Amino acid sequence: MLFEIVKFILGGTAVTLGVTSVALPIGFVLGLLFSLARVYGGQLLSRFAALYSVVMRGVPPIVLLFILYFIIAGTVQLPPFLAGSLSLGIISSAYQLEIFRGAVLSVGSGQVMAARAIGMSRLKAIRYIVLPQALRLAIPPWSNEASTVLKDSSLVYALGVPEILRRAQFMSASTYRPFLAFGIAAAIYFLLTFFTNRLLDLVEYRTRIPAN
Amino acid sequence: MTKTIIKVENLFKQYGGQDVLKGISLTVNEGETVVIIGPSGTGKSTLLRCINLLTKADRGRIWLDDREITLPGVDEDEVRSHIGMVFQDFLLFNHLTALGNVMIGLTKVLGMSHDKAKSKAMAELARVGLADNADQYPGQLSGGQKQRVAIARALAMDPRVILFDEPTSALDPELIGEVLEVMRKLAYDGMTMVVVTHEMGFAREVADRIVFIEKGSVVEEGPPVDLFYRPKVERTREFLWKLTELYGKHERKQADGN
Repeated sequence: MLFEIVKFILGGTAVTLGVTSVALPIGFVLGLLFSLARVYGGQLLSRFAALYSVVMRGVPPIVLLFILYFIIAGTVQLPPFLAGSLSLGIISSAYQLEIFRGAVLSVGSGQVMAARAIGMSRLKAIRYIVLPQALRLAIPPWSNEASTVLKDSSLVYALGVPEILRRAQFMSASTYRPFLAFGIAAAIYFLLTFFTNRLLDLVEYRTRIPAN
Repeated sequence: MTKTIIKVENLFKQYGGQDVLKGISLTVNEGETVVIIGPSGTGKSTLLRCINLLTKADRGRIWLDDREITLPGVDEDEVRSHIGMVFQDFLLFNHLTALGNVMIGLTKVLGMSHDKAKSKAMAELARVGLADNADQYPGQLSGGQKQRVAIARALAMDPRVILFDEPTSALDPELIGEVLEVMRKLAYDGMTMVVVTHEMGFAREVADRIVFIEKGSVVEEGPPVDLFYRPKVERTREFLWKLTELYGKHERKQADGN
């Protein structure tokens, strides 16, 4: 019986991981582009990125998820899994924007000036000098965002995607053992988050710049 | 006839309503070391930044090798690749080794192959006495070593001229000597250099010409002996000897040590 319940809920792990591994990279790419627009873009781009960030971070993820989901579902034919993941990625991009903006700013304008002084264009300076440093600085806060997205992937439950939470709820209702069902879901989320963070700690350690 | 490398004509620059440069003109000939001195906040750094186009002058014209670089449509990145710059606070790329710092301009700006860039970069590091430190990161180097890597980084681009913006001002006194020694060697090797510095010993010994700037204008310029011993303007004498007194102490200490 217990084994059956665990097995059923565990079956949602692949979906949860799937949602996360679609949403995080989308958030990464969009967030990084928006952060560069925010810091290096002209007035127009910079303001747009700032507005995007304020609005997206000012609305609860679940509300945004519904709005984005219905926009996306109304425009293109996408299964709920993809539409939901895409929406979560867009939501995450606003938070990742701020992470990368902070990292880019702490690299400092001196590094860009030195790069320009040897003849690099702005784009090259950003690509070869700023980003390699900024991405390293961004790992700890990004690790935090990764666990947020992992946990927020449970929101797609509201769209009917059979991830861990939805399966736990199903089990809770059919076996009348809510504590067990949700406890198992919690344990799975915890383990996923824990190992994601460990993995990113390792990445941080491996890419650390030597200093005395 | 000597060839002119840099020519600055009647340069003006304002920052927030404040006149920083008020009609500066300057000529730097091939192989010459020009030392720019003056009180802080008189536009020396701004002048250097205008010359390599990191800062846009409000008015005035600048030539590099007979080519006007202040004209609209000039490829500024290309111009900068011919003008080396050494900063007060080094500004080494923190994520790259000493070798990587010297190589990156060669590979990413000049498009040199990795192997060629590496051997050239090693040669430049050897030139500043740091061949053994090639694999160290900026965080593992002393201030003097960092500045020498920065000089090697500028040298690697085979620039027409190198601009030094107070290259020893951020260094502990005991590390200044090694940087000045490298610069002295470059000057004797015929590198064209424009140096903003307070190091009067260096200026007296190495400069072909000293330019004294105050409040955005050139007060007086000429060979070191003239400025130190026969200045035309009283203010020049006053400033020079005040600096010599202030900075002379560690110079004397260094002389005793040698």
